[in-house]
Amino acid sequence: MTKKNKPIELEDVVIRFSGDSGDGMQLTGTLFSNTAALLGNDIATFPDYPAEIRAPQGTVGGVSGFQVHFGHARVKTPGDLADVLVAMNPAALKANARWLKPGAMIIIDVDNFTPKNIEKAGYKEDPIREEKLEDYNVIQAPITSLTKRALEDMGLDMKSVLRSKNMFALGMIYWIFNRPLKFTEDFFKSKFKRKPEIIEANERVLKAGYYYAETIEALHVTYVVKPAEIEKGTYRNINGNTATAWGLIAAAEKAGLQLFVGSYPITPATGILEELALRKNLGVITVQAEDEIAGITTSIGASFAGLLAATTTSGPGLALKSEALGLAVITELPLVVVDVQRGGPSTGLPTKTEQSDLMQVLYGRNGESPVAVVAASTPANCFYYAFEAARLALEHMTPVVLMTDGFLANGSEPWKIPAMSEMPEIKTRIVPEGTDDYEPYKRDPETLARGWAIPGTPGLEHRIGGLEKDEISGNVSYDPVNHQVMTNIRTEKVKRIVHDIPELKVEGEQEGDVLLVGWGSTFGHLKSAQEEMDQEGKKVGLAHFNYINPLPGNVEDVFGNFEKILVCELNMGQFAGYLRMNFPQFDYHQLNKVQGLPFTVAEIKEAVNNLLEG
Amino acid sequence: MSKETSQGVVYTPKDFKSDQEVRWCPGCGDHAILNSVQRAMSQLAIQKEKYAVISGIGCSSRFPYYMATYGFHGIHGRAAAISTGVKVANPELSVWTITGDGDSLAIGGNHLIHAVRRNVDINLLLFNNRIYGLTKGQYSPTSVKGQVTKTSPYGTVEPPFNPGELVIGAKGKFFARTLDGNIKLSTDIFIEAARHEGTSVVEILQNCVIYNNGAYADITDREHKEDRQIILRDGEPMIFGKERDKGLILDREHMKLKVVKIGENGISEKDILVHNSTENNPGLHMMLVNMRWPNYPVALGIIRNVAAPTYDMAVHAQIGKVKESSPINKMDDLLTSGNTWEVQ
Ligand SMILES: Cc1ncc(C[n+]2csc(CCOP(=O)(O)OP(=O)(O)O)c2C)c(N)n1
Ligand code: SF4
Ligand SMILES: [Mg+2]
Repeated sequence: MTKKNKPIELEDVVIRFSGDSGDGMQLTGTLFSNTAALLGNDIATFPDYPAEIRAPQGTVGGVSGFQVHFGHARVKTPGDLADVLVAMNPAALKANARWLKPGAMIIIDVDNFTPKNIEKAGYKEDPIREEKLEDYNVIQAPITSLTKRALEDMGLDMKSVLRSKNMFALGMIYWIFNRPLKFTEDFFKSKFKRKPEIIEANERVLKAGYYYAETIEALHVTYVVKPAEIEKGTYRNINGNTATAWGLIAAAEKAGLQLFVGSYPITPATGILEELALRKNLGVITVQAEDEIAGITTSIGASFAGLLAATTTSGPGLALKSEALGLAVITELPLVVVDVQRGGPSTGLPTKTEQSDLMQVLYGRNGESPVAVVAASTPANCFYYAFEAARLALEHMTPVVLMTDGFLANGSEPWKIPAMSEMPEIKTRIVPEGTDDYEPYKRDPETLARGWAIPGTPGLEHRIGGLEKDEISGNVSYDPVNHQVMTNIRTEKVKRIVHDIPELKVEGEQEGDVLLVGWGSTFGHLKSAQEEMDQEGKKVGLAHFNYINPLPGNVEDVFGNFEKILVCELNMGQFAGYLRMNFPQFDYHQLNKVQGLPFTVAEIKEAVNNLLEG
Repeated sequence: MSKETSQGVVYTPKDFKSDQEVRWCPGCGDHAILNSVQRAMSQLAIQKEKYAVISGIGCSSRFPYYMATYGFHGIHGRAAAISTGVKVANPELSVWTITGDGDSLAIGGNHLIHAVRRNVDINLLLFNNRIYGLTKGQYSPTSVKGQVTKTSPYGTVEPPFNPGELVIGAKGKFFARTLDGNIKLSTDIFIEAARHEGTSVVEILQNCVIYNNGAYADITDREHKEDRQIILRDGEPMIFGKERDKGLILDREHMKLKVVKIGENGISEKDILVHNSTENNPGLHMMLVNMRWPNYPVALGIIRNVAAPTYDMAVHAQIGKVKESSPINKMDDLLTSGNTWEVQ
């Protein structure tokens, strides 16, 4: 081992791994993130992959990326621009060159920069020059050939050999950032338990990359990013989909109910169903239904039968569920619907993030059909909002939609694990056996929630369904005045949830020039922008919404404290329109983006600065 | 005959009647079916609170409102899916799915075949009036080719489904056929359907007096019914006819059923096929459900009744098995499992 120069300390670093969708970049990024988290860095990750599992090799459309941001301080976003780019081929460079910080380090697998690949990526002959990256710290590493050499005496087939070249790149990155290989080696050992030759191959290549980085001249500096100052406790890494699944299980346990989930696979929501299917040990029932309609209707059946029922989907699936969601509204049964949004309309951008389902969630049903709506804002808080959605559904006897999106679903962050004893109680509305004055639509006067009489309970036999109900008995009623009364009650019931949710908090300045307004997954970027502007001495606050319907009770007070309001969202202005409808007395400026990508902090700051100047 | 439940209760059909006024058209076949279901339930020795009657949308799907049991009137086509959720959520319930030919074979066709494929333990009563009743007379997937309805003023040009063929094709283990007006046969079949563990599909040939009156007249009229229906009973030869002189044999050369006259061409009673609903091979059952007047009598009774594991039981058995061997028994265990680290 040659002697290392003293490493340079950095506050935070953004690394982007990119290659063909078959190059294993998601795994590489995940392994690096896990190591960083285990060493105590705060992290945020952003996987960005094409819709096709094996998109045409070597083309820009087939590039799969994984960005990780790790730091000594709290990290709130996966980062706008990368300090380090790993590009396994010219197409990966092409797709990512515009996301680099000036002077960034670029590690390319020079073996893949053949004339054919260069042309396929849309370059003429010298990608580095054509991208004007000559002044950047470009490391031309023969990753493929060195991987082959490291494994030449192992007798593996060429496919297996090439499959491990991502570990060479990972090894290089570990050396540059002074990371131990141990956690990743442990991963190989548990993952490939029954394939010792694969364990050995991966370890060899990982080490080959590590020592290569140490040996070559170009890398005479290395970096450290010290552990973050974070709250004491036990931590784990968690992504939004797993957190959502766990929040539902936690709510079922708190409520003393079994969890039932009827769902149909759809990107980017599938991970929730997959995680829940694993949790038979906690009694979770999953039904992979024949379609989304069966997903929600099996769940409605399970809710009628007395279980905590949920259905998970993305925008196109939610469209199929609309009629049945109305059935849950009129039968006033508890139900959680999770919408992991993606780019639309139609099949749109299945693997990309967007917030364009808001109007569909709020209004995409026939009739006056109010549902409660909450939105998670970080990967880890998907846990709390899934729990909260279930709590509201059970305590208020209503369907609740939880909105997340592709960015939260696949993104991950370290999470301080809560103890179940810290989670709020959930009191169900189950009608006890022996209640003699039971009527299906008799309500709690405060919340207007009706009682939940469970089939199997003697003496509480009753019929409910999708036809309009008589106000108390629940019998079918075509009475005109009764329909008005019931419509009012259903609306009022959801409105009254406002007494059961926290007020809106403002981050940063409590009054001032510009109030940033956001909802859902944009929190990290908005919060970073607000903090940076705070340091620049600008009077900017952030009001971020997790409760969408009903809105918190103090919105008017908050909005009234700022000169200007800037509503930022990854759609064409749906939340802004919703706010205009609810609070028409304010003027709303908008920042909107529909590129299948999150905001960058820079974009947000620019928009605020324009407002401050204007 | 009424039987005592495990709790010592003896029911009469009246115990299953709700206080709601029955709103089907006078003379509609649905009235008789309601009657048969209430009779069957009173004879099943199941506590009343264990019944859940689930429907979709249609005239027939109003059924749950007229029952004094737990009931759920769903949305169009989704009765089988809602029922699946109810049954999997609580396998102790006796779940009855009420659906029409439009509800289960048009808009809900997908849910029907998948419930049957999974073998969810529900009793699915398919009210087949070969018409859309509730929407006032449009053709359905079982309307006969050429049928004139409001949406086929010149006759339909599409061939119909035969529900039994579809159900057996979807790996169905129980299929029976009955007539709305034959309360005795219907009651017996409903009882067997309830006893069968798995998806029991009962097709009820139901007359809609308003929009498709007489749809089954050719096989039900007093004059001819014995010659045009055959009621299949396990262990009994497939003999029918007013004179009980006709029977079914297998024409082995053409691999199809053939109607023969006992006493002619050397045929005696012992040549006639004997019904066995429990035969796993669906070949003969498929031929029986496909028999159509005038070439054959229409088969009634329990045509297929084969034991097989049910979906709801399999789901719960798997959960039980995983629970036994897992170190994770509660949420706190899961939260702290796997890769975690301490921050001091
Ligand atoms: C989503 C939807 N589409 C259409 C309808 C209109 N509709 C109600 S019942 C029905 C057909 C009913 O026919 P069938 O299932 O055979 O029942 P029947 O009335 O004959 O008993 C239709 C088309 C509806 N209620 N919902
Ligand atoms: S329309 Fe036909 S099916 Fe409907 S209630 Fe009247 S007779 Fe019965
Ligand atoms: Mg019909």
